[in-house]
Amino acid sequence: MSTSNTTAAGAQSTARAPAGRVRRMSRRDKWILGFMVGVPTLIQLVLVWIPTLLSAALSFTRWNGLSLADIKGAGLENYRFIANDYPPFWPAVQHNVLWLVFLSLIATPLGLLLAILLDQNIRGTRIYQSIFFTPVMLSLALIGVIWQLFYNRDSGLLNFLLGTAGTPQAVDWFGDSSVNIWAALVAATWRHAGYVMILYLAGLKGVDPTLREAAQIDGANATQTFFRVIFPAMRPVNVIVIVITVIESLRAFDIVYVINRGTNGLELISALVIQNLVGEGQVIGVGSALAVILLVISLVPITFYLSRAFGKDKEA
Amino acid sequence: MSIIKPAPAAPTDTGNTAAAGQRTGTGGRSRGPARKHFGIHIFLTVMAAMWLVPLGWTVFTSLRPKADTDKYGYFSLGGSFNFDNFVEAWTRGGFAQYAWNSALITIPSVILILFLASMMAFAVSRVSWKFNVTLLIMFTAGNLLPPQVLAAPLFQMFKQLELPYSVSDSGNLLNTYISVIAVDTAFQIGFVTFVLSNYMKALSSELTEAALVDGAGIWRQYWEIILPLCRPALAAMGTLEVIFIYNDFFWPLLFIQSGDRLPLTTAVNNLQGQFLSDYNLIAAGAMITAIPALIIYLLLQRHFVAGLTLGSSKG
Repeated sequence: MSTSNTTAAGAQSTARAPAGRVRRMSRRDKWILGFMVGVPTLIQLVLVWIPTLLSAALSFTRWNGLSLADIKGAGLENYRFIANDYPPFWPAVQHNVLWLVFLSLIATPLGLLLAILLDQNIRGTRIYQSIFFTPVMLSLALIGVIWQLFYNRDSGLLNFLLGTAGTPQAVDWFGDSSVNIWAALVAATWRHAGYVMILYLAGLKGVDPTLREAAQIDGANATQTFFRVIFPAMRPVNVIVIVITVIESLRAFDIVYVINRGTNGLELISALVIQNLVGEGQVIGVGSALAVILLVISLVPITFYLSRAFGKDKEA
Repeated sequence: MSIIKPAPAAPTDTGNTAAAGQRTGTGGRSRGPARKHFGIHIFLTVMAAMWLVPLGWTVFTSLRPKADTDKYGYFSLGGSFNFDNFVEAWTRGGFAQYAWNSALITIPSVILILFLASMMAFAVSRVSWKFNVTLLIMFTAGNLLPPQVLAAPLFQMFKQLELPYSVSDSGNLLNTYISVIAVDTAFQIGFVTFVLSNYMKALSSELTEAALVDGAGIWRQYWEIILPLCRPALAAMGTLEVIFIYNDFFWPLLFIQSGDRLPLTTAVNNLQGQFLSDYNLIAAGAMITAIPALIIYLLLQRHFVAGLTLGSSKG
């Protein structure tokens, strides 16, 4: 790489001649670069980060959402109200935790198991993959509707298969508040496991085959080879899967909203945020405080992921 | 991926599926005797059958006329099968309008996302300047936030921003496609920027340096050299984003109040209200909403899967 001569190519240089590594941009190029960075950054700031900060600010106010002049400071009152006097809050927290535990202990391991099985050269692996992957293409809202048809008290297939259809024992799986969270989790697993499967299938293909051979030569059995060699070698995929699992359980919203707007056994923090923001008697302050609680919890997996994804960059 | 022919005698030698199960972890990848795979096949077949049940039941219900299910019951094979429910749901439910709304939201959003994110990715990966890593971190983090965190301020910002009634009949940005397109775009550029910047980083730096010697400016390096090389990544991201935005339920739910402006995915919320307990019509409506995603899956599966795994290749 040639370096520019000291007199000519300064920052002002509009010459098209190639300059050195440092001074290689003409003024025009700087404007263009400013545009390329500026427009996306401005959009990102105005529509993502400033609203996030405003959410935090609104959580310390009392506001009915009508006129900006009506915003009144409220200190920590909204948070106190949520913790002490807002009955759906603690059930919602429990349900979010349950969502996370269920996805982590059932849906994600199931996806990993499917990936391991399908990674062996078995007959028809593509067909199996396509079947398990199909729900990933569907929106969670649509999944709610599809499972509603399956779970219905009178016309749903599940009650028929259990032999309870048309009898008083028939269960309304999405309507009965003692079971509907589990029914919703099964529906969410239907999609999540396929997603995890496809990520791990790619991860397994990326593992150096000599690692596996070396482990077997050393006398490791299949289980040992997997847990001590293959699984650790898929670290980048593991990080993604952990992050996706945690974030999906915090973002869970569509499916419960389609079923009953997140009430009656299906309370989730995300749904409570929206219940407080729309409809009559808007309580923007309470909704925002719930949003901030959701945000603070989300920062844990987000920070974890960013430190993994960018930590190495900074050191290098 | 090649398919191994199992030894012919194997399936009878069921012997012990337990042993097969134990060895599933790795086993000989290239040997693959069918005896070992027998247990796996049973497990996978059972799982696959269970996986197909909800969608299969929806298809089954959607193809039967209501009169037949009333007569024979939902759990019967009697009566005829046809597409009448699809036709009726399509016309009565106003699906043509919803489908058009989905297109109006999805197509501009995806074009904007690819354009803006590729510019940003180019700037942070091919040009070195002070804040490029910081900005990339900010972009990536933005995509991971739960959308509900931004809901109240965005709703109020759009409500307070007054527009002439000739532009928007609500007098502000609420109830417009622009609001949904803008937020979808802002929310998704973070993810696409992250993936594309990783892709661009992997391209040789000599490519643009040679162009630089020829006097190519930044824009030409981006538009004529780097972007064409990113075609596979752009195809993958484009496919993925079409599905993501088509499947987005939340932003239209928040911003759009008129039922006739909703896209298909959000309109799903109203199916039960529209068709009451006519489950055959609800099933047909659900299938209509699933069809665009399934068509994209059939045609562009490779790109979609590539998009998902590209996003996870680093971490």
